[in-house]
Amino acid sequence: MKKLNGIKLKHRKNTENSETVSMPVPAKIKLPMSMHMGAPCIPLVKTGDMVKVGQKIGDSDASFSVPIHSGISGKVIAVSDYQTAMGTVCKAVEIESDGKGEISEEVKKPFVADKQSFIKAIRESGLCGLGGAGFPTHIKLNPKTPVDTLIINAAECEPYITADYREMLENTEDVLNGIELVKNRLDIKNVKIAVEANKPEAIRKFDELVKDDNTVETVTLPPSYPQGAEKVIIYNSTGRIVKEGQLPSDVGVIVLNISTVAFIYRYIQTGMPLMTRRITVDGNAVDKPKNIFAVIGTPVIDVLDFCKTDIDAVKKIISGGPMMGMSIPDLKMPITKTTNALLAFKAYHEHRISACIRCGRCVNVCPLGLMPAEIDKAYKIKNIDDLKALKVNLCMNCGSCTYVCPANRKLAETNQLAKSLIPRK
Amino acid sequence: MNRLIVSPSPHDKNHMKTPEIMFNVCMALIPAFAVGCYIFGWRSLLLTAVCIGSCVLFEFLCRKVMKRENTIGDLSAVVTGFILALNLPVTLPLWIAVIGSFVAIVIVKQLFGGLGQNFANPAVTARIVLMISFPSAMTHWVSPFYWRNPDAVTSATPLALGEGDELPLYLDLFLGNVGGCMGETCALALLIGGIYLGARKIINLAAPVSFIGSLALFSFIAGDDPLYQILAGGVFLGAFFMATDYATTPITTKGKIVFGLGCGIITFIIRHFGSFPEGVSFSILLMNILTTYIEQITRTKVFGAREAEKNEK
Repeated sequence: MKKLNGIKLKHRKNTENSETVSMPVPAKIKLPMSMHMGAPCIPLVKTGDMVKVGQKIGDSDASFSVPIHSGISGKVIAVSDYQTAMGTVCKAVEIESDGKGEISEEVKKPFVADKQSFIKAIRESGLCGLGGAGFPTHIKLNPKTPVDTLIINAAECEPYITADYREMLENTEDVLNGIELVKNRLDIKNVKIAVEANKPEAIRKFDELVKDDNTVETVTLPPSYPQGAEKVIIYNSTGRIVKEGQLPSDVGVIVLNISTVAFIYRYIQTGMPLMTRRITVDGNAVDKPKNIFAVIGTPVIDVLDFCKTDIDAVKKIISGGPMMGMSIPDLKMPITKTTNALLAFKAYHEHRISACIRCGRCVNVCPLGLMPAEIDKAYKIKNIDDLKALKVNLCMNCGSCTYVCPANRKLAETNQLAKSLIPRK
Repeated sequence: MNRLIVSPSPHDKNHMKTPEIMFNVCMALIPAFAVGCYIFGWRSLLLTAVCIGSCVLFEFLCRKVMKRENTIGDLSAVVTGFILALNLPVTLPLWIAVIGSFVAIVIVKQLFGGLGQNFANPAVTARIVLMISFPSAMTHWVSPFYWRNPDAVTSATPLALGEGDELPLYLDLFLGNVGGCMGETCALALLIGGIYLGARKIINLAAPVSFIGSLALFSFIAGDDPLYQILAGGVFLGAFFMATDYATTPITTKGKIVFGLGCGIITFIIRHFGSFPEGVSFSILLMNILTTYIEQITRTKVFGAREAEKNEK
């Protein structure tokens, strides 16, 4: 089997031994109506309304979307326009806590009898991929083509982040029960729990637990970045290649993040929708790096405060990992369903861009075998035919090329810009 | 409130930067340079200083005249000057060396857009220009250690020896105890430098290996002594330091193998059939010209890509 390229990163899993602690209920939360991939929700509440914990406050008619629930009880103080870290604008609902924490009567154990009711329940839970991309889980679980393999993505290949790792250690049973649920409901034959080799304790633990189950096995992924990328993890754990334009289900595979699958079990048991999540808080501006449970919608500044951060010294905040995470422009922005880490740094050095020396490092590290240096050149002269031939459309923005570039060229960014030049059919 | 820095991902960078790469290439050239100084005396030092100094100066002036950003800090001009010096006979008049630097930096490199944009290797082209312009000065070889023994001044490079001349021993060739350009005689020192760069992943050893390998193979088939062919002349200097130049060789490993293969074959043809004793520089220059075409046929295979549809117009 051909080995895909990757880069060796410092893992910096400083928080791997820190047991998750719950943050106190925030005074205020802000829930953007677009935290998932797909159609944004429409607010179901208006200013002045009282809401309870678990109450649905946003939903959409579109099937490629998931509803949004309030994680606190209190009063809606604003429904306003909001610019997400992605730059898009959507509505956001702001709720002020009344401190009661009253649970909504909407929260009840979902009725699940068959696959259809299972999928419907998953949509109602507000669940989208917790690994970072936020793909609606109910869409993933309802593929058009038959699927025989479920891959549990526990690669967590980005530096710093240990949220999924802690899920594996702290909620092992939920993970296994979630797998069992999905396996039975979707009639899946093989389950592979794919873990990067830098988490030996998790691998050992799961190996031990699944040794009597011949349908579930663990797969140890090489300790290189990006193992968690969907195409990479599918290839490295099954040898199947997701071709251009295909979905994982076209090759008979569904990939679910490990925290996502554990949440499925908890939801089916309790009916508590997605309102809190585990976040790794780290970075050199954070005095007490740790894993926390935070209510979705909590302002970034509250989270950083909770982890003893020197706020005035913070120069850069990343939501997610340092390779693919997004810069946060404002401390008051909320954490969302897809925030798996919050990294705060005291300094950020923007390197000066110089001429490409054609060293070929970007070509050697691209997991997909793209040629970023050539794409950079073709983009400069807007040669669309060549950009097409170079397959820039397949770039998944893992950032490996920019990372290794000795001339500090922003190759990954250029790839995304180049993609937009290619007309869609 | 803080002003937060917003930039696209990734937010982390590797620490190997262009100047560090260039510095490492200079480090890798030190063994060959040191042996050159030892074998050919103090003038090696002077010649190298003049080449590096004039290359950096030309780079500086050229960028100034062109109103471009100053780039001497990337150390690429130092590398060019260093490699050029190793490619010159130690007795070369210094003004000729300065012309070489001018050709390398101004004509070959900066006029084509500077670092990474030149289509031919500056040092190789400069060597060829000087060889054709000043043939006698460029082929005035001194014996090793002539500075100890002033009587034995001239010598021929091992490749220019005619029938009946006594051929040097392999060991002398390997250690550099023969006539030739200042930095090309000691295969061992060049090998150390090349392996250092390979180990630090600064160069890909595909090109040197296929260059040296194919030269040995074809020499063997043609009945020449393969070991002699690869140890004599500028093969190691060319293979490790000029056929691995980033800007002028193909970017993929596949392409680098083809490039090295071409160099080996052309060197063999020139040496075996041509009237020039040495063919390394010409082979590298010719392959530099072919690099664009090699690149077109040696692109990487993209994971999961579908071939372009046939009827797509």
